[in-house]
Amino acid sequence: MPDAAVLSIRKASKSFGARRALDGVSLDVRKGEMIALIGPSGSGKSTLLRSISGLQTIDPGEGVIEAFGGPVQENGKISSGVRRTRTRIGFIFQQFNLVGRLSLFTNVALGSLGRIETWRGLLGLWPEETKTAAMAALARVGVADYAGQRAGTLSGGQQQRGAIARALVQKAKIILADEPVASLDPVAARKVMESLRDLNRQDGLTVVVTLHQVDYALRYCDRVIALKAGKIVYDGPANGLETKQLIDIYGPEFEDVFWEGAPK
Amino acid sequence: MALAVPSEIPAPPTRSLTQRAPDMLVWGLVAVLLIFAVKPVEMNHVTKLFTNSENMREFGGELLHPNFDQWRLYVGQMWLTIQIAMWGTALAVLIAVPFGLACARNISPVWLQQPLRILMNLLRAIPDLVIGTLFIVAVGLGPFAGVMAIAINTGGVLAKLFSEAVESIDKAPVEGVRATGASRLHEIIWGVIPQVAPHWTSYALYRFESNSRSATVLGLIGAGGIGQLLFETLNAFDYHHLSAIIIVIIVAVTMIDLLSQLMRSRLL
Repeated sequence: MPDAAVLSIRKASKSFGARRALDGVSLDVRKGEMIALIGPSGSGKSTLLRSISGLQTIDPGEGVIEAFGGPVQENGKISSGVRRTRTRIGFIFQQFNLVGRLSLFTNVALGSLGRIETWRGLLGLWPEETKTAAMAALARVGVADYAGQRAGTLSGGQQQRGAIARALVQKAKIILADEPVASLDPVAARKVMESLRDLNRQDGLTVVVTLHQVDYALRYCDRVIALKAGKIVYDGPANGLETKQLIDIYGPEFEDVFWEGAPK
Repeated sequence: MALAVPSEIPAPPTRSLTQRAPDMLVWGLVAVLLIFAVKPVEMNHVTKLFTNSENMREFGGELLHPNFDQWRLYVGQMWLTIQIAMWGTALAVLIAVPFGLACARNISPVWLQQPLRILMNLLRAIPDLVIGTLFIVAVGLGPFAGVMAIAINTGGVLAKLFSEAVESIDKAPVEGVRATGASRLHEIIWGVIPQVAPHWTSYALYRFESNSRSATVLGLIGAGGIGQLLFETLNAFDYHHLSAIIIVIIVAVTMIDLLSQLMRSRLL
């Protein structure tokens, strides 16, 4: 049941040199939604997601990004309380961004850094609660057997599920996933997408995921937001998206490329 | 497509005089500098190698008959030299870890990084023999002066190498740690250090290798160890014992080199 907005983006713009990655984007995300952000490469999907987590600043001006009712950034400056906000937002990256030389367990335990005492976090003296949470999370996404292995030695799919486990240990209320399956084979990709959907359905987490594969967006998400050249060109239910609009978003070759699961 | 038969074969490429001029200028300058340096460095004494060959033969002959009757003393002093190198390198690492991080462009603010870079350049620029002499004045003759000389010079060198390693890390894992809401220090401990640790260890081991040679030389100015013994024996014209000392040094330094190479190759 959708209720209050957990994320609110108002007139966010971002330029990289002359290129406008985001052009006055405004949108609300309500608690418990599962949203797909689609659009061609360079349309601003990743920039939008990274800006929400404060990993990137938007242009100074009237643009504001809020999470849980508090500011993440405004007027081109990351808000000072961003660390507290980040602890409640799990971020899944295309390249997993685990620390390759640390064990999968340690990587997942890092999710608790925001809520345990600083000195414990610095020395890696994980409290019992973190250890239990980490193993529970790893077991839930199905990679507990690899807990002791260096993250860098695992396959992409295993690492990505580890990254989801890290977000679980974080006790994140929102998960932002930036192309989480773009580097994975189809089987691993499906497992990751199903994990995300389970977290949304069973735990009520809000999930925003950027995707290249439109069929994944339609299959796993309720709401689809399409970006083109930094502007929102579609925001509505997944089943309201028509082929005509997709051709408009991706260009005329879309119909040839997208032969599977296309909406009528 | 058929290849056309050229009516005229083009000339091979040539370099014009203006293109060759800089090369000629540089080499010419080097030659001139070398010629002017003949007198100051007494290169004309090269003939003495032959006219004084009697001395050489005598010296060489005695060197060929090393006298190991005091080998316990030599091994003990060699071990002292290695210990100087160990402590010197250990202190250098303690200096280099915080300064190396603080000098890295990608994680340190400019106001901190620039002055520290200058300070580290300064530490590196002063030869350890000079620092050793200063410490001998300050704390007296002995191994401690050698330890401090090595620590300070190597501290500067390792800080630079450490910060270069930090500058070449992959920033994605650091961002992964940041996204969990971790503090700046957490990002460094969990995102940066695991990536640079093998490189840092390798650099520290490599410096330990070269420091065990430096520690030998530092003995010459009175910083204890096998070097001091070497210098005293040389001054006494005791070539049989000198030869034994040199052999002990060569064997020890070679062993350290091999051991450290082995450890480094397992690290990376």
